[in-house]
Amino acid sequence: MAWQQPMDGSHASGSKVAAADGPGTQRTQYPYVTGTSVIALKYKDGVIMACDTGASYGSTLRYKSVERIKAVGKHSLIGASGEFSDFQEILRYLDELTLSDHMWDDGNSLGPKEVHSYLTRVMYNRRNKFDPLWNSLVLGGVKKGPKGEEKYLGMVNMIGTHFEENHIATGFGNHLAIPILRAEWCEDMTFEEAVKLVEKCLLVLLYRDRSSINKFQIAKITTEGATIYPPYSLKTHWGFAAFENPSKGAVGSW
Amino acid sequence: MSRRGDWVYENNGGTCVAIAGADYCVVAADTRLSVGYSILTRDHSKICELADKCVLASSGFQGDIKVLHKNLAARELLYQHQHNKRMSCPAMAQLLSNTLYYKRFFPYYAFNVLGGLDSEGKGCVFTYDAVGSYERTGYSAQGTGSSLIMPVLDNQLKSPSPLLLPARDAVTPLSELEAVDLVKDVFASATERDIYTGDKLEIVVINKAGTKREYIELRKD
Repeated sequence: MAWQQPMDGSHASGSKVAAADGPGTQRTQYPYVTGTSVIALKYKDGVIMACDTGASYGSTLRYKSVERIKAVGKHSLIGASGEFSDFQEILRYLDELTLSDHMWDDGNSLGPKEVHSYLTRVMYNRRNKFDPLWNSLVLGGVKKGPKGEEKYLGMVNMIGTHFEENHIATGFGNHLAIPILRAEWCEDMTFEEAVKLVEKCLLVLLYRDRSSINKFQIAKITTEGATIYPPYSLKTHWGFAAFENPSKGAVGSW
Repeated sequence: MSRRGDWVYENNGGTCVAIAGADYCVVAADTRLSVGYSILTRDHSKICELADKCVLASSGFQGDIKVLHKNLAARELLYQHQHNKRMSCPAMAQLLSNTLYYKRFFPYYAFNVLGGLDSEGKGCVFTYDAVGSYERTGYSAQGTGSSLIMPVLDNQLKSPSPLLLPARDAVTPLSELEAVDLVKDVFASATERDIYTGDKLEIVVINKAGTKREYIELRKD
């Protein structure tokens, strides 16, 4: 594709050269810097969401203090796994959305359901153009509806598959955390119970997901607003006999 | 070997069935949403009521299905505004076919069954492939469990050959209750052997009185 971009300095790096796709090419992508699982569940006062603060570059743990959960408007939280730069782009889209919503100045504000619907459209439309945002997004929040304070928790993936549930997990969380959540989640848990359940899931992910790190952030969203707690670590237990002396009982030279 | 465009589609599984009766139509689908070997949720409807006498059930890629349903519902609303009446089932059948073929070269990965009452009040079922080829039949099954269910429906509903003269009705002589029972039975059977079918069954019955909805538990494994 050497003919697409002139190699001399004839165009400033900022200008857009109309580049036609060559035969047989597609504008598809691979994720480079990725975040791993996000888990979330509904509890008595709202929604709790948690994830680790790591972002990997393939098998390298490149960034260790990344915030993958952010507040959206007054009523929602968004968590993302997958390509981190695409998450940053999504946050820019949401900034625009919440700004125009605020500028209406009509006393109305976007709730979690609306933001989820918007994100689903964005993800699906990008997929249709073969130019996806390589993320799995978790959207949670609380907003007053016709039946009082309504909690909402949903997920949308990079091709636009979306659904609503009482508990959500992305990536490895789907395999490791969801079974725990399905067994132990119940309606109207207190904040402490919800945190305990979330930490149980995060611990399993820490042990078994090689791209997770021992630095987590928990966030909650209630009618009072969003709170993202400072990062902290979980206690892990490695004191098993087989780990203490790994070569004990080993046979052979290796 | 993974191909470049593989990631655009996924099959979220599930099965849809519809049976037409003399003056009713039963449309049913399971509520499991899967991806790969995981279950995303056990409580996700595949059925969309497009008009008062017209119900669509689709299985396949959920992203495409949701947008297809949204599209058709919007077109039905436009039709209402322009014609001062709701769309009939045969009219929606043609619209669905055209909508699907419109994306012939980047299809909606949706396997549809449309059920309802025609303008004479008789039950009708239309069955589709992913790119819009359709026919009116007396009953149909689409989705991951369709190959398990269709032979049973063929056996039980004994549809007369379309080659017969004079043309014989494809709708079943079964009563509404018998048809609903048959639907419950075939889903219970499909759930046993199809990993993508299960959790819950949503049954919608359309007759001249209106639309009724029923939920039955299915095996969750």
